[in-house]
Amino acid sequence: MKILVCVSNVPDTTTKITFTDNNTQFNTAGVQFILNPYDEIALARAIELTDGGNGSATVINVGEVSTEPTIRKALAIGATDAVRINAKPHDAWFVASQIAAYVKSNPFDLILTGRESIDYNGSKVAGMLGELLDIPSVSIIKKLDVNGTDVTVEREIEGGKEILTAPLPIVAGTAEGVAEPKIPNMRGIMSARSKPLVVVEPVTVSTLSNVLDYETPKPRGQVKLVPADDVAKLVGLLHDEARVI
Amino acid sequence: MPVLVYTENVEGKFKKSTFEIVSYGRAIADQNKTSLVAISIGDVSKEELAGLGKYGAERVLNVSNEKLKNFINQAYASVIAEAAAKEGAEIVVLSNSFSGRGLAPRIGVKLEAGVADGAVALPEQAKGKFIVKKTAFSGKAFANVELTSEKKVISLIPNAYKIEEKGAIAKVEDFGPALKPGDLKTIIKEIVRSTDKVSLPDADIVVSGGRGLKGPENWGMIEELADLLGAATACSKPVSDAGWRPHSEHVGQTGIAVSPNLYIAIGISGAIQHLAGISSSKVIVVINKDPEAPFFKVADYGIVGDAFEVVPQLIAAVKEYKASA
Repeated sequence: MKILVCVSNVPDTTTKITFTDNNTQFNTAGVQFILNPYDEIALARAIELTDGGNGSATVINVGEVSTEPTIRKALAIGATDAVRINAKPHDAWFVASQIAAYVKSNPFDLILTGRESIDYNGSKVAGMLGELLDIPSVSIIKKLDVNGTDVTVEREIEGGKEILTAPLPIVAGTAEGVAEPKIPNMRGIMSARSKPLVVVEPVTVSTLSNVLDYETPKPRGQVKLVPADDVAKLVGLLHDEARVI
Repeated sequence: MPVLVYTENVEGKFKKSTFEIVSYGRAIADQNKTSLVAISIGDVSKEELAGLGKYGAERVLNVSNEKLKNFINQAYASVIAEAAAKEGAEIVVLSNSFSGRGLAPRIGVKLEAGVADGAVALPEQAKGKFIVKKTAFSGKAFANVELTSEKKVISLIPNAYKIEEKGAIAKVEDFGPALKPGDLKTIIKEIVRSTDKVSLPDADIVVSGGRGLKGPENWGMIEELADLLGAATACSKPVSDAGWRPHSEHVGQTGIAVSPNLYIAIGISGAIQHLAGISSSKVIVVINKDPEAPFFKVADYGIVGDAFEVVPQLIAAVKEYKASA
């Protein structure tokens, strides 16, 4: 089976987020970019499902040439080949439209995304792709199995889980539980250099949204410490002062 | 042109986040001097539907169809988009719940609408601009997003908007959508829901444990405290990675982001990735034996002490408070 894994190039999880140009631009100075952690899970599952020559796991990224190290990392982990759509990822609508245009002329049996990217956290690309391709989409899955032409997934819901099946092709957004992320080995790193990475020029897409600027959360005041031998005082403060219980 | 709000139900009942989204929709309708129409899909009683009027919905479109009893992302998105088109709604609002996250992007594509997901406040509308503040960088920042499209879809994070009761009884009307077979390819096999536990993403109070608790066998006191406070339980990443607690409880940058009124962190040092997932909590309490734990820097209240001594005392104090209240 042919699996497409959509990947994002995101700031490392330890990054302190700051902005420049009147808070209109994310400050990338000194920031290490990584493969989005949820996309690593998607990629790991795609590699498991296509293990032993049972198809291919292609990664696709919408990004400028600066994202290629992240794409090579995905190839080192075990992706078969890669596609980069050569454009700045303006928003989820732009990204989904680019990937949908590619998939329309290069069909896949299963399309995986991470449940969300850890920069814009939209969880939107999976659903938009599903709609653009007119196929089912499931956001935030914890388990995925393929049985012949059907796929069974476990979806997270408030206070529990839901198990559902759908005929391939579908789009699914993976979260923790679907697979353990894989670490590239030396052989993988060596072979990644020679695996195909195709660069495709973007299609024209209308603009539906723009980020105007960013804000960082307001700092909290000084912490009020309660002595460990007077815990009842904390309950009093939470009731009388903070009014949360 | 009314504002359309999708009101999600759990086993036929509306929940707190539904009332939040109706109140939010009402406020947007007021901004635009228009009416608020709700759409409900599934088996919900007439009384429950009419009760949405209390939060400001004037009319409720009731979609009660055997094929739509369970949530099917593709079909629900089609039904909501169809209702938006029939009502001439330009703004569709819904909760940023697990289901809402699946619906918003599909509805957005159908309506050619810009989608603002994870909104934390009312949109700012001035000089022909429509700007929504939303979470970004996993809670480390907010982005002000302008929706430039004629139609707009907004999903609101739980606990971000206060429930307002101001309306009366809503008029309930049946809505029969034109379903296409292609929308119904997904089949729900099983739903497992533990109704005795408070759901984490929309909990008012969260009690969270970290590695400082030393092992899964010590979670009894966390659960007891959570039960007493009507809170959901959560944990840090190392705890779910170690298999002490399920992944669904992992709060942080690569887990669930929460925004409760009260977040109690016990034995969690406060790594930047964890703080990202809880930064929009209104009040943060930290219990940690290390006075240098970074978590104290973002806490409102703190106790420097051993969790195994402090938490039992806290449980006793909460019991005493409840008995006197």
